[in-house]
Amino acid sequence: MKIRSLMMAVAVAATGLTSAVVTTSAQAQAKEQFFPVLPYRTGAYAPNGVPWANGYADYLKLINARDGGINGVKIAFEECDTAYATDRGVECYERLKGKAQGAIFQPLSTGITFALTEKAPNDKNSLITGGYGRSESSDGQVFKWNFPLMGTYWSGADIIMQHITKKEGGNIKGKKIALVYHDSPYGKEPIPLLQERAKMQGFDLQLLPVTAPGVEQKATWLQVRQARPDYVLLWGWGVMNSAALKEAVATGYPREKMYGVWWSAAEPDVKDVGEAAKGYNGLVVTGEGGKIIADIKTHVHGKKQGTGPAEEVGSTLYNRGMVSAALAVEGVRQAQSRYGKGKVMTGEQIRWGLENLTLDQKALDKLGLGTVMKPISTSCLDHEGSRSARVHTWDGKKWNFTSDWIEADESIIKPLVKQYADKYAAEKKLTRRTAADCQS
Amino acid sequence: MFYRENGQFKTTYKEDQQIFPITQDRIGVLLLIAFAFIGVPALADEYMLRAILIPFLILSLAALGVNILVGYCGQISLGSGAFMAVGAYAAYNFFVRIEGMPLIVCLLMGGFFATLVGMFFGIPSLRVKGLYLAVATLAAQFFCDWAFLRIKWFTNDSASGTASVSDLQVFGMSINTPYEKYTFCLVFLVVFGLLAKNLVRSAIGREWMAIRDMDVAAAVIGIRPMYAKLSAFAVSSFIVGVAGALWAFVYLGSWEPAAFSVDRSFQLLFMVILGGMGSIMGSFFGAAFIVVLPIIINLVLPSLGALVGVEVSTAALTHAEQMIFGALIVWFLIVEPHGLAKLWSVGKQKLRLWPFPH
Repeated sequence: MKIRSLMMAVAVAATGLTSAVVTTSAQAQAKEQFFPVLPYRTGAYAPNGVPWANGYADYLKLINARDGGINGVKIAFEECDTAYATDRGVECYERLKGKAQGAIFQPLSTGITFALTEKAPNDKNSLITGGYGRSESSDGQVFKWNFPLMGTYWSGADIIMQHITKKEGGNIKGKKIALVYHDSPYGKEPIPLLQERAKMQGFDLQLLPVTAPGVEQKATWLQVRQARPDYVLLWGWGVMNSAALKEAVATGYPREKMYGVWWSAAEPDVKDVGEAAKGYNGLVVTGEGGKIIADIKTHVHGKKQGTGPAEEVGSTLYNRGMVSAALAVEGVRQAQSRYGKGKVMTGEQIRWGLENLTLDQKALDKLGLGTVMKPISTSCLDHEGSRSARVHTWDGKKWNFTSDWIEADESIIKPLVKQYADKYAAEKKLTRRTAADCQS
Repeated sequence: MFYRENGQFKTTYKEDQQIFPITQDRIGVLLLIAFAFIGVPALADEYMLRAILIPFLILSLAALGVNILVGYCGQISLGSGAFMAVGAYAAYNFFVRIEGMPLIVCLLMGGFFATLVGMFFGIPSLRVKGLYLAVATLAAQFFCDWAFLRIKWFTNDSASGTASVSDLQVFGMSINTPYEKYTFCLVFLVVFGLLAKNLVRSAIGREWMAIRDMDVAAAVIGIRPMYAKLSAFAVSSFIVGVAGALWAFVYLGSWEPAAFSVDRSFQLLFMVILGGMGSIMGSFFGAAFIVVLPIIINLVLPSLGALVGVEVSTAALTHAEQMIFGALIVWFLIVEPHGLAKLWSVGKQKLRLWPFPH
C-alpha cells in the first residue's frame, strides 16, 4: 500500500510540475528572438558534438553580452539534446518550434535534416545546414527553406579532389581512390559527385562503407590493405574518425594519403592518435579566430558565463559552431534591415534574411569574423552562399593550414544540383519557384 | 462498491463471449475511445500531438504486435525493428512506384511483406526457443539493416539512402495536420487493438498460450506447434509492419535504416516486459512508459533544478534522464514483475472488494 501511495504522489507531483513548466515557458515570450538549438552532448558522436554546441551557445551569449542583442532584440535560446537520433531530433524540433513565430533550426545531423526538410516548410521555419545536409538543397528554387551555407558535401568532395589532382600534377587517370564512409545518409552524400568526377578524370573509385557508429572497421581496412588505393577519403564522424586513423596506423597505410572532410578533421578526431596521425589531411572552412575569439574570452568566458572549458575556445569544431551561430544571427539581422530594426522577426522574414545574406569582407571585419570565415552571399538560386575550404594537416600536436582557400568547381556541381533537385521536385510534385516568388 | 459485477447475469452465449463482459468495462472503453477521438484533439496542443501522442500511438501498435509474439506465444524476438523496417520500405516502394496507390493499401501491403519476412525468420522457432530464438531473430535485424542500407532499389535509388514521403491522402482527405495524423493513427490502433483482443481470446490465441506455457504438453493435446508458432509470427509481424510503415510515413516523413535499428527492437521488447507480457492493455501502458516518461523527465528536471537553484545543463539532463529512467525500470520490475498491466488489474480487484477487503 505504501508504495502505491508513494507512486500516486510522484505521479501527481509530476503532472503538476509539467503544467507549471508549460505555463511559465508560454509566458516567457517577451521581446526576444528565440533560437532553438539542437546539439548533441551525449551519444556516440558526443566528442565532436560538444565543442560545436559550446561554440554555438557562446556566440549567442556574446551577442547578448557585447551588443545587447541583435539591434536591441535580445536572444533567447534553448537546447534540446538529440543524441544524433532522428526520432529524438524530430521530438526536439516539435518541442522547440512552438516557442517562437518561426525560427532557425540547425540540426547538425544529416538524418535529422532529411526529416526536418519535410516538416520545416509547413511550419515556416528555416533550416541552416552549414556544411552538411542535402547537397542538392543549395538549389533555392526547389528547397525554399533549406540553407546549406558555406558548402555541401559535394563541394567538400570536389575541393578534396581538386587538391589531390593538383598534388598529382593535374592527372589522376587510373589512380585508385577509396572513400571510407559512415554508412548513413551523411556518408553517402558525396558519392554522386565522386562518381561524376571519376567519370570525368578517369580514376577508379572504391566505396568502403563502415557501419555506424564506426568503431568496428577491421573488415574495411582489410580491403584497403588489399586494394592499396592511392588516396583514402575519410567521411566519418565522432568515434569513427579516430578509429579509422588507428586502423590506418595498424594497416600501415600512410596518413599523408588520407583526406578527411571537415567533420573528420578536428581536434577530437586526432587527439587520441596523437603523433601516429601525423600527416593526416582534412578540410577546414573556418580560419583562425582573431578578434571574435578575444571578444568571447573577455565578454563570455571572462565573466564566467562560458559554456564548456575555456581552453576549447578557438578549436576547429568550436569555431564551426560559432560561425554557424553567427550565420543564424546575421540572417535575423538581415531580415531586420528590411522588416524593421529592433523587431522580433517571424519565420518568413527570417527566411528572406537568409536568402539575401551578403557578408563581404568589410562586414565580416566589422563583426570580428573577418579571419574566421570567407565572405558569403546567398540568393534565391544559390542557398549555399560560398563553397570554399582549406586543407589543414596534423603535425602530431596541432593542425596547420597547408593550402590556400580552394573554391569548389561550380561547373561540375551546378548541373548535378539541378539534376537532383529536379528529381526531388518531381518526387514531391513541387514546381520551381518563379521570379516573383524569389522577390518575396 | 465502485466496481461491482454481481447482478450482471449472462443468459446467452453471445453475452458471455463479448470482448468486455462487465458493463463498467464496456462503458469505460467506449468512453475512452470517444475521448481519444474527440477530447484529446481538443485539449492537446500541436507539440503534444506531434511529439508525444502520435509516437505513443504508433509504438503502442508495434508493442501490441510484439506482445502477441512474445507475451502470448512466448517466442522471444529481437527482430521487431527489422519487421518495422520491412513494413516501412515495402509500403514506401508501393507508394512511389505505383501511381495512385491508396495510402491505406500501401500500409497494409507493408504489413503483408513484413508478415512474409517475419514468417521466414520465424522458421527457426520450430527448432530453437528462448534465448536461442532471440539470437536467431537478431539475425533478421542485422540482415534488414544491411539490406536497406546497401540495396539501392529499396530506397528508390536515392543518393543518400534516405526514403521520404509527403502529401499523404486518404479518400481525398489530406493527412498533414497533427490532428489528421493523430486521428489516422488512432483509427489504426483501435481497429488493430480490437482485432488483436479478439484474436487472443479465440481458439488460435489459446493455442499460442498453450505453446507458451508448455509446448510439449500443447503438442500432446493436439496443437500443431508449427501452425501455432508461425501464425503468431505472421500476425505479430503484420501488426509490427503496419506500425513501422506508420512510423515512417506519418511520424518521421523521411527516414533511414537507423530509425529501425536494433535499439528499436529492444525498446519494443522493454515495452512488452514493462507493460505486461500477455496483455493487450499492457502494450499501451508499456508504450506510454517508454515514450512519455523520458520526455516528462526532460521537461520537469530543469524546473526542479531551478527550484533548488541548480542549473541543469543539456548534457547533465540527458544523463540524468537515462539514469532515472533506468532506475525506474528496475524499480518497477522489482515492485511488479508482471508489468504495469498487473498493477492495473490489482487496482481493479481492490475496487471490486472495497470497502471490505479480505
